[in-house]
Amino acid sequence: MASLKEIVQQKPRLASGHRLCPGCGASIAVNQILHAINYPVVVTSATGCLEVSTTPFPYTSWEVPFIHSAFENAAATISGVVAAYNSLKRQGKISQDIKFLAFGGDGGTYDIGFQALSGAVERGHDFLYVCYDNGAYMNTGIQRSGATPIGAATTTAPPGKESYGKVQRRKDITSIMAAHQIPYTAQASVSYWKDLMRKVEKAMEIEGPKFINVLSPCPRGWRSIDGQSIALAKEAVLSCFWPLYEVEDGNKWKVNVKPREEQKVPVAEWFKKQGRFKHLFKPGNEPVLEQIQTEIDDQWQRLLAKEASSPTE
Amino acid sequence: MANKKKGWKELEAGGVIKEAGNSKSYKTGDWRVQRPIFDAEKCSQCMLCVIYCPDASIAVKEGKVTGIDYEHCKGCGICATECPKDALEMKSEAEFRTKKKEKVG
Amino acid sequence: MVKTLAQTGTSAMAAAMRQINPDVVAAYPITPQTAIVEEFSSMVANGVVKAELVQVESEHSAMSACIGAGAAGSRVMTATSSAGLALMWEVLYVASGCRIPVIMPMVNRALSAPLNIHCDHSDSMGARDAGWIQIFSENAQQAYDNLLQAVRIGEHEKVRLPVMIMMDGFITSHAIERFDILDDEAASKFVGEYKAVNPLLDVEHPVTHGPFDLFDYNFEHKRAQAEAMKPAKDVALKVAQEFASLSGRQYGLFASHQLKDAEIAVVVLSSTGGTARGVVDKLRERGVKAGLLIPRLFRPFPAEEIADALKHVKAVAVMDRSDSFGAQGGPLFIETRHALYGLGKNIPVTDYIFGIGGRDTGPDQIEKVFADLQDIAASGKAKQTVNYLGVRE
Repeated sequence: MASLKEIVQQKPRLASGHRLCPGCGASIAVNQILHAINYPVVVTSATGCLEVSTTPFPYTSWEVPFIHSAFENAAATISGVVAAYNSLKRQGKISQDIKFLAFGGDGGTYDIGFQALSGAVERGHDFLYVCYDNGAYMNTGIQRSGATPIGAATTTAPPGKESYGKVQRRKDITSIMAAHQIPYTAQASVSYWKDLMRKVEKAMEIEGPKFINVLSPCPRGWRSIDGQSIALAKEAVLSCFWPLYEVEDGNKWKVNVKPREEQKVPVAEWFKKQGRFKHLFKPGNEPVLEQIQTEIDDQWQRLLAKEASSPTE
Repeated sequence: MANKKKGWKELEAGGVIKEAGNSKSYKTGDWRVQRPIFDAEKCSQCMLCVIYCPDASIAVKEGKVTGIDYEHCKGCGICATECPKDALEMKSEAEFRTKKKEKVG
Repeated sequence: MVKTLAQTGTSAMAAAMRQINPDVVAAYPITPQTAIVEEFSSMVANGVVKAELVQVESEHSAMSACIGAGAAGSRVMTATSSAGLALMWEVLYVASGCRIPVIMPMVNRALSAPLNIHCDHSDSMGARDAGWIQIFSENAQQAYDNLLQAVRIGEHEKVRLPVMIMMDGFITSHAIERFDILDDEAASKFVGEYKAVNPLLDVEHPVTHGPFDLFDYNFEHKRAQAEAMKPAKDVALKVAQEFASLSGRQYGLFASHQLKDAEIAVVVLSSTGGTARGVVDKLRERGVKAGLLIPRLFRPFPAEEIADALKHVKAVAVMDRSDSFGAQGGPLFIETRHALYGLGKNIPVTDYIFGIGGRDTGPDQIEKVFADLQDIAASGKAKQTVNYLGVRE
């Protein structure tokens, strides 16, 4: 992998002047990802923060070919682009090596976009799908999605007298994608730039469908103070809320970061830094916090067990 | 934008934008309420600010961090938080603006 | 070198698809379109065509993949019916808004609910505002001919809009008729090479497709899109001229039968037009000056041309194979009546909603319409503007 010194010499392929919020995790993710791809690349994005903020007519931040068509169909749209590429390549009309990248927020990936994603990877198209996961429909004002963590406040699952926020667990989308037995599935975080970029580089050299879920903090939706996006993304990993791992062919699990005991952050500590969890610290909600910590611990142990029982070759 | 907006007859069919990366002409630096001040002497050139900046607004010349692109920097504060050498410090934007709206940068 | 086949309407369209030989086909099965894609899939499996075939998991994804493939710079086709078209509805607008000339056989079938797999026009009529060119085919020959011409119309540099080519579900799609096909080389030459505009795969010239418009640009983009429909009429006529010299078959914006000196006329789309031709001939033998107009282009609607063709008629009956609940009649009626309004002649126009959910509409019922027309022509007005023909009360 190229060193940071080499990477920073590359011209950014997501130009500045985009309208994403100050500190937006999605823009950090896209920058890192594009830096890790040493090929011409065609990009699509589902409707959402990324798409809307990077292409407000007449401006575009994309220095690469880019298409947006709708909210639930990033994977279907890129399937068509890849099919065209294959067809024209077979006909001898194109000879260049081009890579294909689809972005979707958690809304466009876990929920409304899931069918298209599942179908696209089942068909085996050669592309990388990246979910920039900020845990809610942020573009439209912080509504709950299938990715919203249990206990989080959103406008459509707000805490109140009868509720502590979202009462359902997050969908474990990364495991679901691994279950499709695609060549490569991974979870990453913008704070671990080297890990994320290594995974993207690795994905580029694998033929077939690849999926990477990237934790992308949203200062607005998470109600966190300025400048904390990277710190929060790091703590999410150290609390085991967002484990970093990769899965090859759906059955070889490898956990990339294993926080040592002294590094481990209790989930409640991570929650304290985010206004979306503020209500969980009201008296009476202690059982909810305990339950959340227990489930995170159990989930972590299950992940380690999957790694332990994975074939070694 | 000082330029007059195009009428329907002049627009590219389908809303296609042909000028890749033209968002650079949109000065998001206007958004700032705080700005990072770069101290070159403290900087160890680790490049973390560059890889963490959401807006590609860390100025890099010949492989070295030289400062901030104030035309686009939104003042999010990530670079200052993450810098291991405290070479970046956030200061109130008000200190750098006069009463009259001045040119950004 | 003419080749005559005796095959179904779906086979006729598959034959045209083979000769068009698109770069990408992304499709999902739905009765009664399925056979088109099944035949095409077989062609792919046997290396007869060059298309990359994407067996998507829904029609919404089919149209989405077509948009991706079209924007990438390739010639792209799909096919659908009914609920499939309805599911694609959102992305139909995206295809036309992005000016991607997707070519789509659309086999007319009723929309639910209740579920019905048979023919009516509720599906394509539901999409009449989506900015697609809409062409109707009476029979298998026309289905084949229209599909070839559609490529040239939609891809024309002045147009660049997606096209849906209709034929009646089961009636035309599943019945065996004889039709002639062009020889492969002539068809291929007629269709020509695809000229990509702003292709994504031209990585040296990166472009952004499908941006986000605020209120300061969206109106202008949509105004431009509205303008793009206008040249389609002229282009369709020019393409038809070229096609006529190859095939010997003439096409215009509409077909007409015994209309020139008609006193009463029926306006109807698609296969029912074929049935009506026979009725007109029979009435003419009896001395009734009956005439028929069968629109071929529904979008853009050839209003001036249709008004001109009907201006001498004393009474017009439009037959609509779909309803528009809460509107003043069916869609074809509303377009036709409005077209005639401009003449200032107050020609009485009535509407007959018929054939819903595959209800068979035979010559007897069409004769009844002409009988009503005779009364209207004599009295100068109609008892009822909108009628339902063939429904049990």
